[in-house]
Amino acid sequence: MNGIYPGFTLGKATRDAYGEALRDLGREHADIVVLDADLAKSTKSAVFENEFPDRFINVGIQEANMVGMAGGMASAGKVPFISSFACFVILKGFDQLRMAVSYPRLNVKVAGSHGGISSGEDGASQQAVEDVALACSLPHFTVCVPCDEHQMRAAVRAAYDHDGPVYIRSGRPKAPLVYERTPENFRFGRATRLREGSDLTIIANGLLTAAALVSAAELEKEGVSVRVVDMPTIKPLDEAEVEAAARETGRIVVAEEHLLHGGLGACVAQAVCRLHPAPMEFVGLDDTYAESGDPELLMRKYGLTHAEVTAAARRLLAGREAEAGAGAAR
Amino acid sequence: MARSAPSDTERRGGGPPPTRDLAALRARATLIRRHIVEMLAESRSGHPGGSLSAVELVTALYFGGYLRYDPENAKWSERDRFVLSKGHGVPVQYAAMAEAGMLPVEELRTLRKIDSRLQGHPVLGATPGIEASTGSLGQGLSIGLGMALAARMDGADWNVFVLLGDGECQEGQVWEAAMAAGHQRPANLIAMVDYNKFQLDGAIADIIDLTPLAAKWEAMGWQTREIDGHDLGEVLEALDWAMAADGPACIVAHTVKGKGVSFMEGDNAYHGVAPTEKELAAALGELEVLEQAEASIEREGAEAGEAGR
Repeated sequence: MNGIYPGFTLGKATRDAYGEALRDLGREHADIVVLDADLAKSTKSAVFENEFPDRFINVGIQEANMVGMAGGMASAGKVPFISSFACFVILKGFDQLRMAVSYPRLNVKVAGSHGGISSGEDGASQQAVEDVALACSLPHFTVCVPCDEHQMRAAVRAAYDHDGPVYIRSGRPKAPLVYERTPENFRFGRATRLREGSDLTIIANGLLTAAALVSAAELEKEGVSVRVVDMPTIKPLDEAEVEAAARETGRIVVAEEHLLHGGLGACVAQAVCRLHPAPMEFVGLDDTYAESGDPELLMRKYGLTHAEVTAAARRLLAGREAEAGAGAAR
Repeated sequence: MARSAPSDTERRGGGPPPTRDLAALRARATLIRRHIVEMLAESRSGHPGGSLSAVELVTALYFGGYLRYDPENAKWSERDRFVLSKGHGVPVQYAAMAEAGMLPVEELRTLRKIDSRLQGHPVLGATPGIEASTGSLGQGLSIGLGMALAARMDGADWNVFVLLGDGECQEGQVWEAAMAAGHQRPANLIAMVDYNKFQLDGAIADIIDLTPLAAKWEAMGWQTREIDGHDLGEVLEALDWAMAADGPACIVAHTVKGKGVSFMEGDNAYHGVAPTEKELAAALGELEVLEQAEASIEREGAEAGEAGR
């Protein structure tokens, strides 16, 4: 997919990094158990299963039961990592996530793969576009969308170290490498400023982080100084970084592979409104499902590339020029 | 293999010693029924019918020596786990826990009130001795199965008891969990269904009939037994059988909704309506009589035993 990420090297898919990181973590911690609902080969939890068959349960095609079982196991001292496609584990297991995980604040780690529309050819029924909003709505949940294989490895480790429910979204296609190695300073709730700038800030996560960097480079050629913030954790949000972006750059574009309602953009907007109101633009899915197709073509068709990020930035900058023009006229 | 019920010496804490004396258990059941109607009348809300139908099942668990717990230490790691999947019946569990010394009896009056530990449905973390948050029906068996498998992975020696309602057996998740347990075959998992034949909107047979219920559990790979859920002798015998089973065991207990209070028995109007003050007085009057009757049964039994010697 590096056609829409010019200049980037494609790394592994974040789901592959998830499986490997889970296996590595399993070597260190005997209390980790892994459950999957008949998608272990796709979510890559099978990588853990291959090494630790006694700590792996394939519950079959029973997402609701899997979530409930995980709650029971966590209450008995295990640290369950449960996986399925994001659309199935979050949507089919939602009431169970509420009753058996979120409400009792149990130590269950939920891994949803095939997040966003970039899962591609299987079509909209397999593409999670609501998962982040739903997960964020559950009290006590930490919600994270890593952007590449390195950050995913750090996020899996952080999920184990965190005492409480965590949702991590992974993706199906190979992801452009934003980081060179596993970031050692990764913490939930902590954003990473990838690029400094003063005219506007692009806040993004998942595959859109690379798109944001491409966009920033494009805008720089036009003389616009763009800050880029990688915001893997939607909840808890790094509000200090959001406020700094609003105060210091005055304009914010948020970009994500998710519905505009309830995702990263909505959460950032809420913080901006409260902390330092500033003009914003949003790149995401606008009240729609996608369809079958090549992942890159889907990302283009549904407006989730650097081109849309750049266009959003230009709309904000046009507003600046209009204000400046009005000021000169007075 | 599942363990047999623990002996006195295996038990911990200062709880009441387990008994198989039916008169003593009946008296305990009556005390629990009194607590139920009193706490529901005090809260002016709650579910009498499905609390009263489960009294003998819960009494046998807590006082018949099947459920191991430490009233002084609700988080004792080797305790057995009891998951009340039919969460709306929680007054029966709170009442049993109070009788067992896990909660102060006077605290029962705080049921459903602001700042109380006794939430309207069970909440893990809010009340010592509650093992799962339930109230969204259909979920408890999955949670219990997870607990049972965690114990088996650890080679731990504790059992999991899950009490389901009959109406909630209309939920798909119950059968997901039943099917999964039939495959995993945890011998430390025992399910009990309080089959009182009614759900909120009416008779189960009219809404979605469950028959043949025991056959459904058997088809999912469970060993199953049907009993009269108000006959404590049958309940004890069934629990003995379930404890010895080499896989998941299900007791389908035929019960009467509102059992023990004449005007509530079989009247589904008391599914989710608390007794008034007047109804409370009438209910306590009946339960008083029963209590005395049971005390006399106990005395007669003792005299008969002496005469026989």
